[in-house]
Amino acid sequence: MRDAVLVCGKDLRIEIRSRVAVNQVVPFALAVVLLFGLALGPDRRVLAPASAGLFWVAVLLSTVLTVQRSFAVESADEAREGLRLSGLDPAGVFLGKAGAVLAELLVLEVVLSAGIALLYGARLAGFGMLAGSAVLGSIGLAAVGMLYGAVASGLRVRETLLPLLFLPVAAPVLLAATKCWNLALAGTPSHAEGWLSLLAVFAVLYVTIGTVSFGPLLEDR
Amino acid sequence: MTTVLEPISQPEPPAPAVSPPGRRAGRGGAVALRSTGLLALAGVVATVWLGLWVTPKAKGFGDLVRLLYIHPPMAWVAFLAYGVATLASLLYLWPRTRHPRFDRLAGASAETGVVFTGLTLVTGSIWGRPSWGVWWTWDPLLTTTALLFVLYLGYLALRRVPGDAATVARRAAIASLIAFLDVPIVYFSVSWWRSLHQPPTVDLTGRHLYVHGSMAWTLLLGFVSFTLAYAWLVGHRCRLSVLREREASEGLAAALEERRLEGAP
Repeated sequence: MRDAVLVCGKDLRIEIRSRVAVNQVVPFALAVVLLFGLALGPDRRVLAPASAGLFWVAVLLSTVLTVQRSFAVESADEAREGLRLSGLDPAGVFLGKAGAVLAELLVLEVVLSAGIALLYGARLAGFGMLAGSAVLGSIGLAAVGMLYGAVASGLRVRETLLPLLFLPVAAPVLLAATKCWNLALAGTPSHAEGWLSLLAVFAVLYVTIGTVSFGPLLEDR
Repeated sequence: MTTVLEPISQPEPPAPAVSPPGRRAGRGGAVALRSTGLLALAGVVATVWLGLWVTPKAKGFGDLVRLLYIHPPMAWVAFLAYGVATLASLLYLWPRTRHPRFDRLAGASAETGVVFTGLTLVTGSIWGRPSWGVWWTWDPLLTTTALLFVLYLGYLALRRVPGDAATVARRAAIASLIAFLDVPIVYFSVSWWRSLHQPPTVDLTGRHLYVHGSMAWTLLLGFVSFTLAYAWLVGHRCRLSVLREREASEGLAAALEERRLEGAP
């Protein structure tokens, strides 16, 4: 656990100093939200009901970038070897890196939800449900993203491979989180509890797989 | 100076019980593989003959019912193939049973599975258009199958990545487990999504099909012969990977040998 905190702090410090997440990933997500607006037309009656789904699609696409960034940090200056030599527990490395991605995603989601409220005219309501499903969904996304990021890392085709591997697996998160947000925005957040537990199952499952299998994944190269 | 590659003789240990039929353990393996192929061919020909000419039209379905003899067997083979691929990946990850043959089996099975998933989606669409009026509907089973197709296309893409064979094999095995565990979650979430949301526009179970007599036999034959075809394809695919690996290693050795002879006075 101490290892996880160390790795997480390291990754977040790098992000705060390099500002890649702030300068590239957040603007990218906002661009996606703007493009959805252009694709669906200016009619708010169309945009507002779709805002939850569009929000989560934007989050999914940004997760790919965040994960790629998280592994790009390790590939420079043979940091990956350094990480292995440091004797940190692979499970701790996984949890730390996933935690850093999670923190970045949560910041991104706050900005994005302001974006959909402004641009799509979505009325934010049911904040408990919005926050709960955002946290649980993002844990699942960060865990799966980290796993596939490790699978694709160091390979020559990682930029194209990661989205292909990650996006279909993340489909249940998109579905469940969108439902949670739709129900919360509609003013009936209590109806979304089942979906919330689906997000929790997904998160627990992939965090478990990650802690178990990150060792073998880091072993090579 | 060329090295003649012997077609089928393997210095590997004898095939374990889990390996597919037709894994070559010397000449007996080749014979088993060939007879599996011939049986599969005969079975498919018989299924086509029974399905198109012998079996009757069904009430409410007409000639469309003839798709019944190939569509469910294809879907079954696809799911069987993913099951085998997952099992082989697990065996590859387990340190005691780690052997390249399980990696080859996983790859071969997943590849065959993707082909059959594609065929399942195509035949399903062809069946859906005249009977429901749409090529596609967001039914849980259909949606899950489509996502499976994409998931395993990603897995196959990962396998084709150039790089150290053992590295790619281990990562592919882990990726296949991640993908397989996603399938029940996808199915559950999609079926829930449909049932809570709008009522389904197309009722998949509305019209009951009464399968009887020659229809039942033809369907059974379809299942058996498609499964045999699967075994035959996987056997050949594994054999091909062995030969390709050998070509890669021995081809280099032969080239080096040739180079050495050139250098000699």
